[in-house]
Amino acid sequence: MINTFIGNLGHFMVILAFVSSLVTAYSYYQYTVVSEIEKASWRKFSRVFFYIHAISAVSIAAVLFYIIYTFRFEYFYAYSHASKSLPVHYMISSFWEGQEGSFILWIFWDVILGLVLIHTNKSWEGPVMVVFSLVQAFLVSMILGVVIGDLKIGSSPFILLREVANAPIFEVNPDFVPEDGTGLNPLLQNIWMVIHPPTLFLGYASTLVPFAYLMAGLWTGRFKEWIRPALPWTIFSALILGMGIIMGAYWAYVTLNFGGYWNWDPVENASFVPWLIIVAAIHTMITFKKSSTALKTSIVLVTLQFILVLYATFLVRSGVLGDTSVHSFTDLGLSGQLLIYLFFFMFVAIYFSARSWNKIPTSEKEASVYSREFWIFIGATTLGLMAFQIILPTSIPVFNAIVEAFGGISNMAPPADPVTFYTKFQLWFGVVLALLTAVGQFFWWKKMDKKALKNALATPYIISLLLAAVIITVAKVFNIAYMVIVLAGTFTIVANATILAGLLKKSTFKLAGGSLAHIGLGLILIGVMFSSGYSDVISINMSGLTYKKDWEDELNKENVLLWINKPLQMKDYEVVYRGRNKKLEGVPGYVSVNKLESTDNINEAIALEDITIDGKTYHKKGDKVNIVLEENSYFEIEYYQDQKLQFTLFPMSQPNPTMGLISSPDSKHFLQKDLYTHVSAINSYEDPEWSEGNTYEASPGEQFHLGDYVTTFEGGEVLNEVEGVDLEEGDVAVKAKLTVHDHDMNIPLEPIFLIRGNSVGKIPSINNDLGIKVQVDNISPETNKFSFKVNTYQKDYVVMKALVKPHINVLWIGTIIMLIGFGVAIYRRYDEFVKMRDKGLE
Amino acid sequence: MKKGHILGLGIIAVAIMIIISSIGDASSYESFSTAKEMANSGDDAPIHVVGQLTKDSMGTVTGLEVSEDKTSFTFTMIDNDGTVQQVYYNEPVPSDFIRSEQVVVIGAYKNENMFVADKILMKCPSKYQETELKTASM
Repeated sequence: MINTFIGNLGHFMVILAFVSSLVTAYSYYQYTVVSEIEKASWRKFSRVFFYIHAISAVSIAAVLFYIIYTFRFEYFYAYSHASKSLPVHYMISSFWEGQEGSFILWIFWDVILGLVLIHTNKSWEGPVMVVFSLVQAFLVSMILGVVIGDLKIGSSPFILLREVANAPIFEVNPDFVPEDGTGLNPLLQNIWMVIHPPTLFLGYASTLVPFAYLMAGLWTGRFKEWIRPALPWTIFSALILGMGIIMGAYWAYVTLNFGGYWNWDPVENASFVPWLIIVAAIHTMITFKKSSTALKTSIVLVTLQFILVLYATFLVRSGVLGDTSVHSFTDLGLSGQLLIYLFFFMFVAIYFSARSWNKIPTSEKEASVYSREFWIFIGATTLGLMAFQIILPTSIPVFNAIVEAFGGISNMAPPADPVTFYTKFQLWFGVVLALLTAVGQFFWWKKMDKKALKNALATPYIISLLLAAVIITVAKVFNIAYMVIVLAGTFTIVANATILAGLLKKSTFKLAGGSLAHIGLGLILIGVMFSSGYSDVISINMSGLTYKKDWEDELNKENVLLWINKPLQMKDYEVVYRGRNKKLEGVPGYVSVNKLESTDNINEAIALEDITIDGKTYHKKGDKVNIVLEENSYFEIEYYQDQKLQFTLFPMSQPNPTMGLISSPDSKHFLQKDLYTHVSAINSYEDPEWSEGNTYEASPGEQFHLGDYVTTFEGGEVLNEVEGVDLEEGDVAVKAKLTVHDHDMNIPLEPIFLIRGNSVGKIPSINNDLGIKVQVDNISPETNKFSFKVNTYQKDYVVMKALVKPHINVLWIGTIIMLIGFGVAIYRRYDEFVKMRDKGLE
Repeated sequence: MKKGHILGLGIIAVAIMIIISSIGDASSYESFSTAKEMANSGDDAPIHVVGQLTKDSMGTVTGLEVSEDKTSFTFTMIDNDGTVQQVYYNEPVPSDFIRSEQVVVIGAYKNENMFVADKILMKCPSKYQETELKTASM
């Protein structure tokens, strides 16, 4: 039965959230502008409405999750993003797979941040919350789902399936509810995809906080004071958004099969660009706090990071990237609304900045080359140029759209090879940044002139030269550009480590944030260089055949075809494909599909033999077992060296009815490298079409060729009982024992021949791996010969690709150290803010 | 000249370099016929061609030939000008290839008859949003 109540409740909550955010904005505005006497009551009123807004926003999320969790497929959102076979944690992913759900997530985080701000602030609450509530009104309008004529405001996640789908079934039965939903995009069925979007959206949401402080400061004439409360939040944004981006990269690395962690895809770029600007903003804000310069730059950067987040959202969600990105959303008709949102805050920011521009204090003093301000400014500029270089080509589809909107024709396309294109610039920017951080940190902590600088840098410089020389020789880095990276990376690590050691000696860990983050940067640079620059495809197909005669070029094929059980040499390894496996609930490791027979129920199978792993029997033959996501198969690939099994990898693949084959790689992690394997194509997964049969005759003990396989007919055995058949008096059952030799494997096939009176029964033996079905056609007692009828099908295979990613751990360690650095810095700046606030100075 | 000005000029110079290089390295959406002209005049820069897979009257994709070792394939594609062209791709058939409504191939002509794709982008309308109820799920 259709439950319309819950959807109506959700929709009501959306409207309530929208109205309450507008009321809150108005009342906080009043609170800010009215006289002291009236303030208390306006504040109370505003808070009450913000709480109402908070409760309704949380309810929206709860209702949507309830709809997904209880499989209410009468709702379009649940139908198109969930299915019954999903485990609970993937239902969480279903929640934000759609645009509406991710807007709700964004709204939710803003509410949390707003509540934190209300309770940690004294004098900023009013103006900051005006900006907050206005942003919330815009965000909630994205899920309003109000249609007035041609005007569509927002897309509601609470619409019923029958309102969207034009299926004829609804004319017959309006209360029709589909049995199951279409499920979650299998690429998102990954634990990183459960936690990556909330992190990223918290990062996105948190960029609002510094922006709100800035607007509040400009509005109320506190042109300088906003920096102190905004700074810890800006670092918080950098930490969380950075974490979200890294998780995304890690997800791409472990789940997607492009063979890396960064693809310069427009969607990736769109989140990376604001992050760069946030980091630049942190630096100019810190400079301002120390020496009252760079305030105007900070204002520009803080505005820009917020606007860029909106621009990123627009790029990803408007469908404008449809031709250039593999994972942007399709257009929901919200792009106009998003643009209004973007332009509104852009104009507000420009208006307030322009109004107060002349009143904003600037330092007249020219920054000396030996001042930290100068070097930090160069660093922030470099970050800005990095961002510019990425956003410009990423926006090419937007330029085309604009040109076309004015009636022109533009057929510009993004660079054909984005990785080479972006690397060309970003590599050198990275080197410049590394050098700047190394030098900049010394300027930061010490008063510098020419001589002092020379003295301070001499030791780290020499140490890093030696260190770099060792790395270059040992790791055979013979490319000039890469050598420069190693040098710059080690220099920043050594220089910052020197600073860090000095700080720790004075036992002021609180101040270590900067040097930690910079050490992280150095490690990231070196890690990226090794893992990308020296990534090696080891699955090169050596067949050497040219594809077509009329075309001379030989192309290396980066994939290899592995027939089951047939070994293949691949660089240092010999690899063998051993067949498909499933994951079972409560059973560690993987279980061969040959031990399972699927039932009609989702994720359920019958064990065909005992399931024993490491000596422990988890299921007995005939037990019902639960499969974890039946659609997923794990392809067992063994890696040998010197005839010895080194390790086994289980890359996953899912033949998806709507998307075709979805693959997730598996990696062997070594300390100094990863060996990464993924499946590019698999044998057909439909019911096999058996070939017309061949007949073979053999006597016991004889060897013969069964198709491509040498086979031994061990002999016949009279049976007293046959599974699934009740033997009667006088029945004769004979089992033929065949052993098929396939390379190093001996595979038993045991067809059964039954005689009851004048009729015969034949129970074939099937092996799907080999693609063989064999049955005993006849037994002639006179000649003692069995005749076998054999049908064949393609034997199982997998097409796979394997890469070695050297020193990828350096990259991951670097990112972790950088994020810890941000964390330390947040603690320090927040502590500062609290102390000032409690003194009443904020 | 103040240091600030030199710095500003430096920044502007780098920004201009970035803009010029972005325009220079940007590819373009072309048809097969212009791609062929480009190749004939010695320009082997990769370009984007947008088109569809050829299909028979039943809607099944035609002209798809997978190599024996299944690690590469050729297919025929019809661009927006109606030119039919055989395209070679040195990778296994992408998972949702035959379901794609539109394909973008990025590559260049290697000879008169063969367009070699370095990369294929596919657009499957059902990829991220279900717009139709599939009968199979009824």
